[in-house]
Amino acid sequence: MKLNEIVNKKELAPSVKLFDIYAPNIAKKCLPGNFIILMVSEYGERIPLTINDCDRAKGTIRIIVQEIGRTTQELGKMKVGEIIPNLMGPLGHASHIEKFGKVVCIGGGVGTAVMYPIAKALKEKGNEVITIIGAKTKELVILEEEMKKISSSVHITTDDGSYGKKGFVTDALNEILSAQKIDRVFAIGPLIMMKIISEITKQYSIPTIVSLNPIMIDGTGMCGGCRVSVGNETKFACVDGPEFDAHKVNFDELLHRNNRFAEEEQHSCKLQEK
Amino acid sequence: MRKRPVEERIKDFEEVALGFSKEEAIAEATRCLQCKKPLCINGCPVQINIPKFIKEIAEEKFSNAIKTLKETNSLPGICGRVCPQETQCEMFCILGKKGKPIDIGTLERFASDWEIKLDQRPKAKSQEPRAKNQEQVKLAVVGSGPAGLTCAGELAKMGYDVTIFESLHKAGGVLRYGIPEFRMPRDILDSEIQYVKDLGVQIRCDVLIGKTFSIDELFEAGYKAIFIASGAGLPQFLNIEGENANGVYSANEFLTRANLMKAYDKQYHTPIKIGKKVGVIGGGNVAMDSARVALRLGAEEVYLVYRRSEQEMPAREEERENAKEEGIQFKILTQPVRIKTDDKGWVKEIECLQMQLGEPDESGRRRPVPIKDSNFSIPLDTIVIAIGQNPNPLIPSSTPNLKTGKKGTIEANEAGATSIEGVFAGGDIVTGAATVIEAMGAGRKAAKAMDEYIKNKL
Repeated sequence: MKLNEIVNKKELAPSVKLFDIYAPNIAKKCLPGNFIILMVSEYGERIPLTINDCDRAKGTIRIIVQEIGRTTQELGKMKVGEIIPNLMGPLGHASHIEKFGKVVCIGGGVGTAVMYPIAKALKEKGNEVITIIGAKTKELVILEEEMKKISSSVHITTDDGSYGKKGFVTDALNEILSAQKIDRVFAIGPLIMMKIISEITKQYSIPTIVSLNPIMIDGTGMCGGCRVSVGNETKFACVDGPEFDAHKVNFDELLHRNNRFAEEEQHSCKLQEK
Repeated sequence: MRKRPVEERIKDFEEVALGFSKEEAIAEATRCLQCKKPLCINGCPVQINIPKFIKEIAEEKFSNAIKTLKETNSLPGICGRVCPQETQCEMFCILGKKGKPIDIGTLERFASDWEIKLDQRPKAKSQEPRAKNQEQVKLAVVGSGPAGLTCAGELAKMGYDVTIFESLHKAGGVLRYGIPEFRMPRDILDSEIQYVKDLGVQIRCDVLIGKTFSIDELFEAGYKAIFIASGAGLPQFLNIEGENANGVYSANEFLTRANLMKAYDKQYHTPIKIGKKVGVIGGGNVAMDSARVALRLGAEEVYLVYRRSEQEMPAREEERENAKEEGIQFKILTQPVRIKTDDKGWVKEIECLQMQLGEPDESGRRRPVPIKDSNFSIPLDTIVIAIGQNPNPLIPSSTPNLKTGKKGTIEANEAGATSIEGVFAGGDIVTGAATVIEAMGAGRKAAKAMDEYIKNKL
């Protein structure tokens, strides 16, 4: 096997793909919460992707990618046996895992893939894990079986009601919080989802951790493009994060910041379709 | 030295300075007095034998000239372009006392370009046979910027098996992500890096020391000594309201998008957004580079906002001149206090205070003092913060027992030795943000110290 070779690829849902990549140095060290930065071509962008799982014996790391921008679309086209030109990691601080007691793990969309290794580690540490998976529609629900294995219960919501309960992860969360005492909440998904979850858990004073996904270039603390305001301090998600205390994060600022290149991104995707 | 006309050069990223023709180089070299006790050499951090290489140019022995340069400087094409010669070698030139000093930088550049363009470069590997007893000694260099490349090159010349670890996808460090192409063409940079590779140095990109491997793991992997040259990559911010607004870049982000990721070239996918009115905060070379990049990306008006007067600016005179010629407007004695945004989070204007100069501060420059109630605003779409960089904290924070100083620099002695045996450091990670040539000087010194260290140990 060659370095950065794609050794396995699977479509989990429409436009959501799983890749196992041979990257033994990263596989040896990576912990839940770590991410990588990769490029799909000499001309490509550098994008951060969270490591979903790793197999230290085989020297592989797993990433789960939603094809949403130009780079992820190009990555989605890559085949088993092909080599990812540039891949660096493991980056960021690992998740802080200890025995909290009863925890709720919420994954929204492809955020479920990022949530999975953290939920698994929480379970292994002796926590009771209650999982909420949210998706737009039935076929976008991922990792349900994997999550079931490590959770005392799995709650699924879809926007259109095609699977699980119709509604949002926040509905399921409200239901859980009104019925039982929860010690900690982990939420990973679209920013707006994490923002609303944070507002809910704040009312209950439940410590809540979110994993942020700002725009990055180098991932080493050099460019400051990924800066977020956390408790009125500027932090770099790449080296200070990517996980932060949700109740301190300025989500509105980050919602703006993640739109910085929305026009260019759209333009770039159209160019690629031509 | 000739430069490209302003109206032409501001439309592209091609090099501004044109260098010397053969005739110009010979004429300039002939002016050299060939002092018996040349003072210029004392001004050179890598101690190039300046009179010798100049004499060789005057005598049209260009291949000898480049050989002389490379005895002490593996990267003359870079130094000839970005060294502040006016405060180094040229400052000591006797001719400068009464008239113009010898243009040493442009002569250095000429010799290097002559070799590169005519592909006169001898195959370095075959020229420098490796000493057999050292064949097996593996050494690691962290970072492929000026300090790392120089140290690696020197060690390879001594016969060591050297690997450079670089976190980005391309080698060069600040020469790649920071300095724009119109000051440092990438074919020159590539060719200088190739020279270091030809000396036998391996460069492994996409490896972040402190994350992918720790310093201890490098020792475990068989590297006998390590040189840390991870640079000053942590951008400083003003810590004012609105600094995280859309349209505010650190100079590092702005220049990295333009230089490393080539956002100005449609072939490349990384975007960069430039407004009509751009404000660059700062007065150093990085600020000048950012302002001139903004102009080339299509900004209509570019302001350079600096809190002291032009006299106190740390940027080289040459760069200030280039910027002014190109139409960058200097707003001196101006201190930003707040960035105002629209309802979507985009920069709208910057509120500033008018300053006046007071007594000199610890840097010897006159301290800027705010004038009360002098607040005024400049409408802007894009802001680039270029007020300096701190050392990258990744290695110090992941290496227990590595002593650090104020502001996160790694503590190293004159020779580059740190608090950990076998670990050396140099360049901006030790000094804080400084010049390319000082970093190269540190790389050279550390190479010598590492050689001594290895010889004592074996």
